[in-house]
Amino acid sequence: MNKELRRKKRYQAEKRFQLYGIIAISLALFFVGLLVFKVFSDGTSAFSRTMIKLDVTFDANKLGITNVNDKDEVDNADYYTLIYEEFIKSYPFSNREEEKQIIKLLSPDYEFEAKNYFLKNKDQLNKTVTLLLTASDDFDQLHKGNFPRDIPEDRRRLSNYQLKIYDQFLKDGKVEKIFNNYLFSKGDSRDPELAGFGGAILGSLFTILICLLISFPIALAAAVYLEEFAPKNKLTDLIEININNLAAVPSIVFGLLGLGILLNVFELPRSTPLVGGIALSLMTLPRIIIPARASLKAVPPSIREGALAMGASKVQTVFHHVVPLAMPGTLSGTIIGLAQALGETAPLLLIGMVAFVVELPGSPMDPSASLPVQVYLWSESAERGFVEKTSATIMMLLGFLIVMNSLAVYARQKFEKKWN
Amino acid sequence: MNLVLFLFILLFSVSLYFFSKSRIGYFASSKQFKLKALPKYYAYYLSLWCALPALIILVSWNILEPAIIKNLIFSKIQTDSLKAISKDELNLIYQKIKAYYTGNFSGQLDESIKLGAEQYKRLLSVAASSKVVVFLSAIILFSGLALRNISNNVHAREGVEKIIRIILFTSSVAAILTTVGIIFSLLFESIKFFTTINFFDFIFGTSWSPQKAFVSDASAELTTAQLKELSEAFGAIPLFAGTAFIAFIAMCVAVPIGLFSGIYFAEYASTNVRKFGKPIIEILAGVPTVVYGFFAALTVGPFFRILGESLGLEVSSESALAAGLVMGVMIIPFVSSLTDDVVNAVPQSLRDGSYAVGATKSETIKKVVFPAALPGIVGSILLAVSRAIGETMIVVMAAGLAANLTINPLESTTTVTTQIVMILVGDQEFTSAKTQAAFALGLTLFAATLVLNFIALRVVKKYREQYE
Repeated sequence: MNKELRRKKRYQAEKRFQLYGIIAISLALFFVGLLVFKVFSDGTSAFSRTMIKLDVTFDANKLGITNVNDKDEVDNADYYTLIYEEFIKSYPFSNREEEKQIIKLLSPDYEFEAKNYFLKNKDQLNKTVTLLLTASDDFDQLHKGNFPRDIPEDRRRLSNYQLKIYDQFLKDGKVEKIFNNYLFSKGDSRDPELAGFGGAILGSLFTILICLLISFPIALAAAVYLEEFAPKNKLTDLIEININNLAAVPSIVFGLLGLGILLNVFELPRSTPLVGGIALSLMTLPRIIIPARASLKAVPPSIREGALAMGASKVQTVFHHVVPLAMPGTLSGTIIGLAQALGETAPLLLIGMVAFVVELPGSPMDPSASLPVQVYLWSESAERGFVEKTSATIMMLLGFLIVMNSLAVYARQKFEKKWN
Repeated sequence: MNLVLFLFILLFSVSLYFFSKSRIGYFASSKQFKLKALPKYYAYYLSLWCALPALIILVSWNILEPAIIKNLIFSKIQTDSLKAISKDELNLIYQKIKAYYTGNFSGQLDESIKLGAEQYKRLLSVAASSKVVVFLSAIILFSGLALRNISNNVHAREGVEKIIRIILFTSSVAAILTTVGIIFSLLFESIKFFTTINFFDFIFGTSWSPQKAFVSDASAELTTAQLKELSEAFGAIPLFAGTAFIAFIAMCVAVPIGLFSGIYFAEYASTNVRKFGKPIIEILAGVPTVVYGFFAALTVGPFFRILGESLGLEVSSESALAAGLVMGVMIIPFVSSLTDDVVNAVPQSLRDGSYAVGATKSETIKKVVFPAALPGIVGSILLAVSRAIGETMIVVMAAGLAANLTINPLESTTTVTTQIVMILVGDQEFTSAKTQAAFALGLTLFAATLVLNFIALRVVKKYREQYE
């Protein structure tokens, strides 16, 4: 009987042990799910933008335009007053305070939106058209249902009066949601409804491009040297130890390197993708060398021996036969290394890529942000509009990473030869 | 300017390649020698000799030019003014001159700065024109040399291969150069820091308040009282404690979950579970750390605060617990895949022996496989620890800035990496002890991770050898 009991206990222990493993895996999977769910549930609303319809007459007198073809006049016309006066008419107000509250429902850029519309449709002079103007962040968030309405007025961003206007607008069909093209085409802004990650995407692209241009050739050459040419001596050992250690150095140290050497000694321009790319390329270097060496090593010696037997020189053997065969593995390692560099933030913070940049960067020498830095910058802002923008930026970043990693897997599976 | 020169040399050498490839035959017969290699090697030889020296000159010129111009301006200022000027003042004047030259100067305009800017402009134009001259003459000189070598009947393929080998070797030295660069940039500022602040005050001091360093004027001589105050402002123990504490919390999350899931994947999981489960968990490793930071700061932190409030506990919204927990989640795949590898490397014969004497699977794992895999697991945990202490974004966004010396996970603590970022983001003054302190912190971080990695790699390697 005692034996029976012990066996039962042992089997229970076995079951329990398995259960621990399953719990651990489910917990890890749960975290993945939670992260993805949180980002998507917060971020999807950022891809739409709330607009308010407004009937406007482009009155030549009010705008001060005498000749539509005079570029100067059209450029400097008073769109601000036109829209302002038209918009406050859309709801009755009794004092200056309420007037202010009405105009605050519009994003401060309405002047330029009206101007841009008019520049494209100059024939609309003295005609009445329905304009779609970007709503302010608070209005936008209210319409998307991110602001609760039933809390006391002093804790809300919108007053009771503004809520009444919103309800009226909604009833009149003046509110419309459109696709948020600003998100992709604009740089940073203090107003969430006008902010976009277009500048950050360009900055990231430039950074990754610089990183690729520097790290890939050097890493490939270093891997080829170490795997094919290096004699077994102290120097080679030193290089190998260095590479293995560099792969594990915290990324922020590369930021310090960039700050101390690239900015202070070489006086390269601050906050630019050029410096960011160089700093990241130093970080990526060992992360490409290691997989590149592994795939060079995987090429069987018979290939080399065959080439040498046909009279090829050592360099010819390596560059005509070994390197092309090792290319799929090397490329997939490079893509994975670049994907890590794309998500890296800390080194970029130290070399000053945290600047508030409104304009889109035109070259790697212009100050700019990058996608992960944009996430950091916006997550520090209090406005609710920036929370959804941050999540949208994360979605974009994760999208890029998924594409790059699948590309790496594809490159490996499709082109890599199996030697058996 | 540089771009034009670069494109020029690129175009020139490529056209030289094609030109010489088609003409080398005639050239050889007119000089009456036989080609020893394929014509394309002669073409490579020529264009490499034409492009490489010119490129090296271009790069090193660009690296050296600012420093030389700076020194020339310094000596000019020094000779113009009658009294001696300190290095910091010289730097300041130089910055002003540059700002005036680029046109974004604001503030009091000095006559001497205008003059300096004119000289700066002159120097720049001299440098630019002499750069072009040197660049072009290098191209002519080295292509001429190469041509002479060819007519002396050099073996072109061997020459080209020699150059290729040198390029390959130089690239592999880049790794050493990077390490040297890191050590140099960290040491340079740290040594300046340790001349004002005693090394032991830094390592063993218990109060961290670097903002005090701005109270005193950096350029003035410090009095003893100020020095004492400064030395008390840079005690790094709270930072070390905070870093270790958050890393500890992270390991409390990552080690059990990572270990159990790694063992499950290696020993129990069916092929399908492995095939789908592993990549999904490894997504966690690919997510950028700034995303975890966002998650910790906006979801986990507030969640703990609300939870704490409902239990009547005071929880800071930037708590060590939130940062540590999220960091732990980040490290899970790291521990789990390393454990998986290590457990898989344990020879099957050990398991078979254990089953043969009647042990259940879990008993085999606990009593045989795990002890055999222990060194490898310890190594992988050490690697995970080194990642945890070097991790930056999560703690910057979620762990807080106040240097509390505390072991209460609900309070906010700060870490080494957080302080580096906080000190160095924005404008810095390189003469201030505060800025230099960031580099000293960076040096300690670098040293700590280096030692941890070194031990971990040793342990893992030893373990591997044991079963090979």
